[in-house]
Amino acid sequence: MLKSRIIPCLDVKDGRVVKGTNFASLRDVGDPVELAKRYCDEGADELVYLDISATVEGRKTFLDTLERTADSIFLPLTVGGGIRVVDDIRRLLGAGADKVSLNTAAVANPDFISEASGRFGCQCVVIAIDVKKGTDGITNCELRITNESKSEISNLKSQIASGYEVVTHAGRRPTGIDALSWAREAERRGAGEILLTSMDADGTKNGYDLEITSLISGEVGVPVIASGGAGKPEHLFDALTTGGADAVLVAGILHFGTYTVASLRDYLRGRGIKVRSAS
Amino acid sequence: MPETVTIVDYGMGNLRSVQKAFQKVGAAAEISSDPAAIEKATRIVLPGVGAFGDAVKELRERELFISLQRAILAGKRFLGICLGFQLLFESSEESPGVRGLAIFRGQVLRIPSVVENDSFKVPHMGWNNLEIVRREGAFKNLPESPDFYFVHSYYVYPADSTIVSAYVRYGVPMCASIYSDGVTGYQFHPEKSQVRGLELLHHFTEC
Repeated sequence: MLKSRIIPCLDVKDGRVVKGTNFASLRDVGDPVELAKRYCDEGADELVYLDISATVEGRKTFLDTLERTADSIFLPLTVGGGIRVVDDIRRLLGAGADKVSLNTAAVANPDFISEASGRFGCQCVVIAIDVKKGTDGITNCELRITNESKSEISNLKSQIASGYEVVTHAGRRPTGIDALSWAREAERRGAGEILLTSMDADGTKNGYDLEITSLISGEVGVPVIASGGAGKPEHLFDALTTGGADAVLVAGILHFGTYTVASLRDYLRGRGIKVRSAS
Repeated sequence: MPETVTIVDYGMGNLRSVQKAFQKVGAAAEISSDPAAIEKATRIVLPGVGAFGDAVKELRERELFISLQRAILAGKRFLGICLGFQLLFESSEESPGVRGLAIFRGQVLRIPSVVENDSFKVPHMGWNNLEIVRREGAFKNLPESPDFYFVHSYYVYPADSTIVSAYVRYGVPMCASIYSDGVTGYQFHPEKSQVRGLELLHHFTEC
């Protein structure tokens, strides 16, 4: 039977792992290669590296970190952050990534998904979707525009049928795109997996957003990774059951030593979730 | 000292991780796209991710197609991983009309997304356990239901079921591995399956 996956996520900036709350106030967590190895030894099912470096120098350092990591762990490794063109993907796969996670560039140009999937296969294209509940984003837009476009706003609102809007740029930019219809389009264009992050829940430790997770997982035919909000082992259980997720992304819950991958896995097994047997 | 493993480079996939995994278990592993080197090699590994039709095209363009067939028929040790395993068969639903290496009779089929009203996500992605039917060779010392990492949307359906060494269940029972006269095929990724996977690769360097 296919097992539910626990996937530690490491935000890497200038060669260090950092962790923030709601994408702000970053705290230093440690050396990426060391942390990656530790999570592997504890029984992580895959790993995700997000490059949040903003500089050219930082990106070079990241490639080096990626190579050193890929050479020392024998687990699937997904890499995301700042991927804009096919050449970026080729470089990352060449440095040892197994999958790439596309976010903003895919929203800006959906053809990029088809191109990446056609070139490298759907199995290595993860579409990361950041969502916000409600139509806050549109309300923000509303403040900026004139009365003449009021009707366009109500059009936009009616387009957010799922009640969740896709946001980009670490949650700062609304897009007016409905989360569920974007997930469907990503799948149709060749996404092999969807990494769904609730920007409201991210960093809160109050649990994953089960509503949007279950909605998208139930509607698309590719695996869905729930992300954002894990604070307790129960939250993982809820995402994999009520949320219908195929995998859970974990970060803060691990980084500060509250729980280990092994303890999370044992907890899930104890509650009847099929997880990988320890080797 | 194990012999050198030759990893076939045909522009499709994660050669580096396969090479690193072999090196980790103490083997010398070289990457080559030279047909002559393939024919001279003693242990050949064909990895690969991507589409069946593209892979055949790339193999033919590099004149590796015939070299691989010759090498395998000459009885060299051969390991196909994922797409490299599927290429050993005659054809695939992924790329109708394209003929594979056809070392074995059989087709590569699309994983059904609905089986008896239950739905299954495709690709089949993640850790799943083998149901071993021939406990010999590399599988001799594996535990009862070992988990390995899979990621694929198509699966091999060999005409001759006696070559199958393990199945994996995902809606339908799918062939997870074969072994026949020095030719091994794994649908899963041993190079991504941690210690257990490395053990299988180590066995290949010594069998």
